[in-house]
Amino acid sequence: MPDFCGIPLAHPVINASGTYDAIAARKVFGDELLADFPFSAFVSKTITPEPRAGNEPRRIWETPAGMINSIGLPNKGLEGFLAEDLPQLAELPVPLIVSVMATNPEDFSRLVGAVAAREEVAAIELNVSCPNVHSGLIVGEQPTETEALLERLRPLTEKPLIVKLTPNVVAPEAVAIAAESGGADAVSLINTLKASAVDPASREPALAAGHGGLSGPAVRPIALQQLRAVTAVTEIPAVGMGGISSGADAAEFLSLGATLVAVGTESFRDPRAGSRIANELETKVYETASRL
Amino acid sequence: MTAPFGRRLCEVAANEASGGYRIFSLLDHEGPAPEPGQFYMLATEHRWDESGGRPFVPRAISVAEAAPARTGTRLDFLVEGVGPGTDRLCELEAGEEVWVTGPLGNSFSTPKQVNPEAAGAILVGGGIGIAPMAIWRRFLVERGIPLRVLLGFRNEEHSGGLQELFCAGGTLCPDVRLATEDGHAGHQGYVTDLLATMLAGDDAGSAVVYSCGPLAMLEVVRALCAEHEVACELAMESPMACGFGACFGCAVPKPDGGYMRLCVDGPVVRGDAVAEVAHA
Repeated sequence: MPDFCGIPLAHPVINASGTYDAIAARKVFGDELLADFPFSAFVSKTITPEPRAGNEPRRIWETPAGMINSIGLPNKGLEGFLAEDLPQLAELPVPLIVSVMATNPEDFSRLVGAVAAREEVAAIELNVSCPNVHSGLIVGEQPTETEALLERLRPLTEKPLIVKLTPNVVAPEAVAIAAESGGADAVSLINTLKASAVDPASREPALAAGHGGLSGPAVRPIALQQLRAVTAVTEIPAVGMGGISSGADAAEFLSLGATLVAVGTESFRDPRAGSRIANELETKVYETASRL
Repeated sequence: MTAPFGRRLCEVAANEASGGYRIFSLLDHEGPAPEPGQFYMLATEHRWDESGGRPFVPRAISVAEAAPARTGTRLDFLVEGVGPGTDRLCELEAGEEVWVTGPLGNSFSTPKQVNPEAAGAILVGGGIGIAPMAIWRRFLVERGIPLRVLLGFRNEEHSGGLQELFCAGGTLCPDVRLATEDGHAGHQGYVTDLLATMLAGDDAGSAVVYSCGPLAMLEVVRALCAEHEVACELAMESPMACGFGACFGCAVPKPDGGYMRLCVDGPVVRGDAVAEVAHA
């Protein structure tokens, strides 16, 4: 039974933030969702200080072995989340990790303080793929920004702080080292890769936002290398993700040093992908699979 | 009513050409019978993502008809091959298996549920969008609710499903009228021409309009209904990766700002609940 930052989990498979709305899924599938919940911990969609409607459609585009999304973090904002969503997420049979994002350190502090104060919350994931409005720099692309943010947030809570690393950098390991120095308890990687597609009918960018983030099996080899680079230079646990769609895929991430793995896009194809992958890991059915 | 949690394999019972479309049937031993307007996420068990990496995500397909089978439910789907996913579904062979999640989404409301004064229904289907009109038509007929069905197609190549879904004894059901842009059958022009004529009639106010088809057609239907103050329900389509609220891809603008997720807030949407049927 894996232990993640002191949180005992039933198996090593959790969800990637923003890829599973447990509240909507419970309405669609009923309480069967709770009876056989696919993940050993649940990571919420990213919460921002104020409500966000999300991006204009078109938001998703299928690509070879994957998809590009530009959803734009729709969420109810901190107050709406605490009042409406958190009580429902607390009914899930697994520990809850809340993902938060802000565009300045003050708002980040407010989010972490308010979320960490709730006993329903086991850990907090920091989505740092956003600009700091003071510096104009994407926090997660800059080791100095990341370390400064962690130093500010660390004293606010004893609950685990997980830094979600962006893959859109030359050296994710430098950001991971900075997160660890700043006091992060864990890192999670990878977020989506910046990507574009062209609509063949219009010859225009396929997504309304022009670009988005690539996910799915297409990104898996990149994720594996970034995980390898990060676990080589850090001591804190890593949550590995990027195109995991089977137990065999998950085993690759675990063998490169991930403590947990997260499943994202595969859940769109198979709502029970999390538990299927956990079962495949446990029974090692993949060991008989051909390597050629 | 909720869908069984997760995807399940359903056997293909048949797959036949119907004009330019295909109609295939799946045998579902697990799910509840679908309600008119609902949809399923479908992906073939084999050769879904094994050549060139696409198709990758399952495809959202409205159910065209459902009937009790010897065991479980027979689900009929009308498809036109317009890309790697629908092309693959068109190739299905009897005995193959398909990953199925559903039934998903909401369903049509009866005319009286929409408007207590309403006496009848006008169904407007365009192209492949005639599919949910078929199961909805049967539901209304079984309940003795008066209705008219208007179906439109671009041309002969892009048409189908009439024989299987809207005919009785080999002839088109008497409540069904056709419009085709190339004039190969029925009125030459748009199906919305027929709707405009009907809504200009004296008793139009006692009807509720139900429609499914291309977004440009739905926008005309929505605008015509708004102009004539007739309530309408639109079965819409939007790019969708999951079908159960997870991916947030299928956003449709609401009139008061913000977006709905078509998979969990639709696919059937009241005409006055969408800002405009934009090209999502």
